[in-house]
Amino acid sequence: MNTLAVSTPYTVPVAMMDVLQVTLLVLVAAGATAVVLIRDRVRQVLMLSIYGVLLAVLFLAFQAPDVTLSELTIGAVLLPIVILLTLAKVRKREQ
Amino acid sequence: MTPAQRRWIFLVAATGLAAFYLWGLSGLPGFGNYPGPYGPAILRVAVAQTNATGVVSAINFDYRGFDTVGEEFILFVAATGVAIVLRMLRGERERSAVDEAADRDVPPTSSAVRMVALLFTGPVVLAGWWLASHAQTDPSGGFQGGVMLATAFVLIYLSGEFLVFKRFSPADITDAVEAVGAGGYAAIGVSAVAMGLAYLKDFLPLGQVPGAVSSSGTIALISFFVGIEVAAAFILIVAELLEQTLLIRQGG
Repeated sequence: MNTLAVSTPYTVPVAMMDVLQVTLLVLVAAGATAVVLIRDRVRQVLMLSIYGVLLAVLFLAFQAPDVTLSELTIGAVLLPIVILLTLAKVRKREQ
Repeated sequence: MTPAQRRWIFLVAATGLAAFYLWGLSGLPGFGNYPGPYGPAILRVAVAQTNATGVVSAINFDYRGFDTVGEEFILFVAATGVAIVLRMLRGERERSAVDEAADRDVPPTSSAVRMVALLFTGPVVLAGWWLASHAQTDPSGGFQGGVMLATAFVLIYLSGEFLVFKRFSPADITDAVEAVGAGGYAAIGVSAVAMGLAYLKDFLPLGQVPGAVSSSGTIALISFFVGIEVAAAFILIVAELLEQTLLIRQGG
């Protein structure tokens, strides 16, 4: 039986969707690697936020707009804020 | 244990993990291929049964509403935990805070940040309410809307001062709203039981038009309570963390 992802008609050619999805998967992988590799903490948090946006767009391209909304607000905004606040609190001890 | 022994243990464990991982991967269904009966079945009946065109919300707040109660209380308990750890309790005395990095310079907020934050606050509140109140019609919902509402309060902090943030979100009001949100969801379920229905069974009229904002009975109401619960929980968490940071910055 066909599934939602396969049976929902796209308004663009399927090949174009494939290109979009693969591009986004590569971008998300690159973003995640960048988050791990960046050592400066504040920059790392900013990269984490960018990674959240990338992940949100990925979810949109995979037909999960509801998850996109959650990821945008949590992953791209609130999680970085909470980490930044924690960094401001513990900064001295870490240095 | 010598480093060589450790490396051997790692290699054995890593090989085992890789083997099981590849075994699992080889058994996965094809990309985009969902073999279960649940998805297609619910897609056939959901709109007709609930009058909600946001089928994800229909599943979250109706078919699997009981799961979502649990998820909501996870957030409730998490926010409560933050408050318990960080707030001053009876019998505790707050030691005056010491800025251990007094030499770092705290740059003043630039007027560009203030301006952008100020401009965005109104639209973000609007978008948050819109999301929280349209769970039944499209892929929004109380959770996303609630988080967005909470970010509006963070924008108030960015555009002004912590004191303004506190004035807009006093702790006792945030606590009360969070409790009402979490309790409201559970109370909807209990109301259904009081009417002799199953817990969280939709007992309100479903409306005439699928996809109308006023349709789909309790789904919209539950989404509203989830929205205010989530908003209050995140405001509470951010406020507690901010208070900790600023105590240090101003204390001493």
